Amino acid sequence: MNPETPAFKANARAALSDPQLQSALSGLPTGLVAQRTSARARLPEFEALRDIGRDVRNHALEYLDLYLETYERNATAAGAVVHWAETGQDAREIIARICQDAGARIVTKGKSMISEEIALNVDLEARGFEVVETDLGEYIIQNRLETPSHIIAPAIHLTQQQVEDDFRKLHTHLPAGRILEEPAQLVAEARSVLREKFMLADVGITGANFLIAETGSSIIVTNEGNGDLTQSLARVHIVLASIDKVLPTLEDVTTVLRLLARSATGQEFTTYATFSTGPRRPEDPDGPDAYHVVLLDNGRAELLGSEFREVLRCIRCGACMNHCPVYNAVGGHAYGWVYPGPIGAVMTPALIGVKAGGHLPNASTFCGRCEAVCPMKIPLPKLMRHWREAEFEQGHTPTRYRYGLKTWAWFAKRPRTYHFCARFAAAVLGALGSGAGRFSRLPFASGWTRDRDFPAPQGRTFQQLWAETRRGVPR
Amino acid sequence: MSPGQSARPGRPRVGLFVTCLVDLIRPSVGFAAVTLIERSGCDVDVPTGQTCCGQPAYNSGDQATAREIALQTIRAFDGFDYVVAPSGSCAGMLRSHYPALFKGDAVLESEARAFAAKVYELISFLVDVRGMTSVGSRFAGRVTYHDSCSGLRELGIKDQPRRLLASMPGVELSEMAEAEICCGFGGTFAIKYPDISNAMVDKKCASIAASGADLVLAGDLGCLMNMAGKLVRDGRPVRCRHVAEVLADELSDPPIAWPDKAVGEGSA
Ligand code: SF4
Repeated sequence: MNPETPAFKANARAALSDPQLQSALSGLPTGLVAQRTSARARLPEFEALRDIGRDVRNHALEYLDLYLETYERNATAAGAVVHWAETGQDAREIIARICQDAGARIVTKGKSMISEEIALNVDLEARGFEVVETDLGEYIIQNRLETPSHIIAPAIHLTQQQVEDDFRKLHTHLPAGRILEEPAQLVAEARSVLREKFMLADVGITGANFLIAETGSSIIVTNEGNGDLTQSLARVHIVLASIDKVLPTLEDVTTVLRLLARSATGQEFTTYATFSTGPRRPEDPDGPDAYHVVLLDNGRAELLGSEFREVLRCIRCGACMNHCPVYNAVGGHAYGWVYPGPIGAVMTPALIGVKAGGHLPNASTFCGRCEAVCPMKIPLPKLMRHWREAEFEQGHTPTRYRYGLKTWAWFAKRPRTYHFCARFAAAVLGALGSGAGRFSRLPFASGWTRDRDFPAPQGRTFQQLWAETRRGVPR
Repeated sequence: MSPGQSARPGRPRVGLFVTCLVDLIRPSVGFAAVTLIERSGCDVDVPTGQTCCGQPAYNSGDQATAREIALQTIRAFDGFDYVVAPSGSCAGMLRSHYPALFKGDAVLESEARAFAAKVYELISFLVDVRGMTSVGSRFAGRVTYHDSCSGLRELGIKDQPRRLLASMPGVELSEMAEAEICCGFGGTFAIKYPDISNAMVDKKCASIAASGADLVLAGDLGCLMNMAGKLVRDGRPVRCRHVAEVLADELSDPPIAWPDKAVGEGSA
C-alpha cells in the first residue's frame, strides 16, 4: 500500500465532510469507548494489571533474542518450520514459496495487521493466488477494495446500511427479498459465503497476537471463530508475526490477554483464544499438515535500540485510537497508511520514514488520552514528540513554520524586547478589537478565524500593568 | 525588592508565572491569580525575566530553543519558594518537561528538578499546597467546567476547581458531557490543523450548550480562547472565563471574546 500520509490534511478535510463516515464514527464513544470504561470498572485491579502487563512486555523485550531463540527451538521441536524475514519483501517471498510448494490455489486469511503492513494480499494475488479474507470486517473491506480503518474493527468507517448494500450487490445468488437488518444477519450471510472457501482453501494465513517461548505456540484471539477455521481446515497453516510478539510463558500471555480484551472491546475475554503448537499430530482429530511461522523484523530490531523502544510493547488493542479525538474526527483512512490513531502516529514514521509520515505525529494536541488508556502504558505523546524532534533535526519541518518559530524564539529569548513588543501588540490589537471584543478575521491566523473568532486582547499586558501598579510591593 | 527575600516573615514567596497568553491577551486572569494566591497567605511577585514556557518550540521538536527558554525561566524564578501558573499546560511544561529537557546534563537536570518541585498550577496550589477549602467570594449562576488536558492528565487536576467552586454560595455546577475531552486547541495544532481543530471545538461547544450553563470555566486561557471564539462565532449565548476570575470575584472585564458593553454577571 502506497502511503498517502503526505496528503493527510486534504484527506482529513474530506473525511470531515463525509456524512456517512461521520455517522459511522459517531458510534465510537457509546461503543468501544463505553465498553472499555465499564469493563475497567468491573475489574478493581485493572490499573495494577496495567503495570504488570507493562513489566511483562518490558522484560520480554529486554531479553528478546533469548526468548526468540527459545521460541524457535520449542516451535521446531513441535514440528513447526520457522522462517526469519528481515524485510516485508523477504516475508512475501517466503510466504509465496510456501504457497507454491503446497500447490495452492485458494488462500484464506485471518485478520492480520502485519500482513497489511507488508501488503501481502496484493503480492499473493499478483502471483495468481485467490486470497480470501475471512474476518467479517476484513471480508467487507476486501470486497470494497479498501484497507482497514481501524486495527481491530477494520470496517468501522462504514455504516450498517453500506454493508447491507454491498452484500446485496455481491451475493447475487441469494434471494433479493432476504432481510438484512441485524448485524447477526450480516454475519450469518458472510459465514455462509465463506464456508465454501474454508473448505476449498489450501493454505490458511493468520497473524499471531503473541508467540509463547516456553511452549513454542502461537495464539490468536478472535470473536468470530474465523481464524480457527482458517488455520485448521487448510492443509498448510502459515503464521506471520513480527518479532516483538514473543512472550516468555503461558502465564505472561494470560496476564496480557486480560488487558487486551478489556482494552479493545470491553470484553472480559474474547470469544476464542486459540493456541497452535506445530502441525496436526497423528492422534489429533484435525489441524494442518504443515505449520510454518514467518518471523518478521521489518524495522523492529532498530526500534528496540532507539528512543522509540517503548512502542514495541504495543499489543494492538486499538484503545488509543478509540479514545483519540483526532481519530474520532477523521477516522482511520485519513492517516493514509496501515496503522491509524496514536499508535499509527508513532509506528508510521518508523516504517515509512519521518519525511513521508511526518504529519501523523504532528496532528495531535498532546491531550494525553491515548497514554491514559493504553494498557501497556506507552507514552505515546512523548514518542510523537520525539518524531517531531527527528523531523526538525532532519530539516523536514515546513519552511514557513520553521521561520515563524525562529522569529518567535528570537523574541522569547529576550525578555526586555519581548515585553516591549508585547505591549505594542496588545495595544494595537486591543484598540482594533475593542468594542467587539474579538476578531472575525485575522490575516496571520486565517486558519483559526475561518471557523471561529479570535478574542481581542484587553489592551495592556500583565507585565505592563504590574510594573505600573507595583502590586508586588508588600503593603 | 529582590526576589528571594521574604517580605513578611513566615509567608511563602510565590513567583507568578504569568504565561504568555495571559500576559498578552487577558491580564485580568493574572491579577485574579495574584488575589487568590495572596488570599491563601502568600506574597506574590512577578519576575520580568520570564516570557513563555517554551512549548511552541518544545512541541515543534526544537529542543535547543526549548532548553534556552527553560533555563531563562528557571533562572528568572531563582529564590522563590513556589512558582505558580494560571495554566495547567504551562505548569505541566515547567514541572514535568523541563527536567526531561536536560537529560544527560547532570548539573542542569538537577537544577531543573529542583525548580520543577516548586512549580504548581494555580488551583492545585491553592487546594493541594495551601489547603484552601473556600475562596470567600460569591457568584450567582449556572456554570460548567472544562477539564483542560495537561492539567487533568499531567497534574491530576479534577476535583480541586470543583471543590472551590462548590464553596461559593450561588454557584450551580452543571457538568457537560465528556468534560475531559480535548477542545482542539493544542497550541500550534489549532493553526497547523485548523479543520480538525475546528471539528473538535465544534463537538466541545455542543456539549457546553447541552449542559444548560451560561458560563464556561476552565483553567487554561488557550482552551478558553478556542471555546469562546467558537461559541461567539456560532452565536451561542454562553460566556467564557478563566476559573480564577470567578473564584477571585474579579469580573469587571467582559468575558473572553465578549463585546465591551455587556459587563457584569453574577453578583459580588
Ligand atoms: S499503543 Fe497502547 S492503546 Fe494503542 S493499540 Fe497499542 S497497546 Fe493499544
